[in-house]
Amino acid sequence: MIWPLDIIILTIVIICGIAAISIKDLLGAAIMFGAYSFMMCLLWSVMGAVDVAFTEASVGAGVSTVFFVAAVFRTTRRTRD
Amino acid sequence: MRALGLATVFCFGAILFYISFDFPGWGDENSPASQHVSPYYIEHTMDDTSVPNIVTAILADYRGYDTLFETAVIFSAGLACFFLLRIPERQAPPARFYRHLATGITFRIEKGGRLPEDTDEFERIDSVWVPYDVIIGMTCRLVVPFIQLFALYVIAHGHHSPGGGFQGGVIFGAAIILFAISNNLRRTLKRMSEKTSALLGSLGVLIYAGTGILCMVLGAGFLNYSALASLLGVDPVSARSHGILIVEIGVGIAVTAVMVWIYYNLSSAGRQDEGL
Repeated sequence: MIWPLDIIILTIVIICGIAAISIKDLLGAAIMFGAYSFMMCLLWSVMGAVDVAFTEASVGAGVSTVFFVAAVFRTTRRTRD
Repeated sequence: MRALGLATVFCFGAILFYISFDFPGWGDENSPASQHVSPYYIEHTMDDTSVPNIVTAILADYRGYDTLFETAVIFSAGLACFFLLRIPERQAPPARFYRHLATGITFRIEKGGRLPEDTDEFERIDSVWVPYDVIIGMTCRLVVPFIQLFALYVIAHGHHSPGGGFQGGVIFGAAIILFAISNNLRRTLKRMSEKTSALLGSLGVLIYAGTGILCMVLGAGFLNYSALASLLGVDPVSARSHGILIVEIGVGIAVTAVMVWIYYNLSSAGRQDEGL
C-alpha cells in the first residue's frame, strides 16, 4: 500500500462526508455523496478488494447518485405547506 | 441541546476510535479470519468449484443463501418504491406541451384541449425539463450499446475477473437510465414498460430460488449446484461453476429491472408521465 496516497484519499473522503451533510444545496449534497463513493472505491481498490471497489463504483458512485438527482429534481425550493 | 448532541457524538466517536485499535491490522496473518476461514477458501475453491475468482465462488456458492436474500432485498426495495410512490391516477395533467416537428414551434395545450396524440407531426415534450439537444442524444445513443455489452461481459466473466451479477446488472440498468435521461421517460417506457421491469425483477429472483429448489429436487441440498451435474452433462465440479453462472444471470436480470423500476418511480414522482 502506498501510504501518502492512502492518507490523501482518506482526507478527501472525510472532507466529502462533512461537505455532504453541511452543504445547503441538495444537488450539491448528492454530487458530494457521489464523490465520497468514488473516493471510497479508490480506497477499496488500494486495499486490494477489487470486487467491493467495482460494486462501490457502479452502485455508490453511479446509480445511487442518479437516484439522488432524480429525487432532488422532484423537490421544490419552498415547501408547499 | 446542540452542545449536548455534539458531546454525545464526540463521546461515541472517541469510543469507536478507541475500539478500532483492537482490530487486527490490515493483512494480518494472525487475525482470526485469516487463521482458519480464509485459508480453507484459498486452498479448496479451485478444487471444489473450478472458479478462479474466489470472491465469486464465496458469494454465489459457499454463501449462496446470503446472495439469494440480498437479491430478495433489492427486489423488495423496488416493490417498496412502487408502493410508496406510484400514483395510478389517470386524469389529464393541467397543461401539456407539444412540439411541431416540421417547424420546431412548441404548443401549450390547456386542460380539456384536443391532444395530437395519434399523429406523427407532433412530439410530446416535458413541461419542466426540455431535453432537446442533438449532441447529447446522439452521444448517448452511440454509448448505450457499448455499456450494455460491457455489462453482459461483467456478468459472464465474473468467474475470472472482478464483477458478477450485481455489478453487471447495475451497469445494464444504468445504460437504460442513461437512455431515459438523454431521451425522455415516455420513450423509455415504450421500450421497457413498468410491467416488464416488475416481471423481470421477480423472474430474476425466481431463477435464483428455482435453481436452489432444482438442486433439492435432484437430491442434494438447497443451492448445492453439484446436483446439476446429471442435468448439464458435466462433472460435479464444473456443474458448480455453471450453477454459479446461472445464478449470476438471475441476479443480473433482477438488479437491472429493479434499478430501472426505481428510477421510473423516483424521477416522475410516481406518475410515470413526465420525468427527468
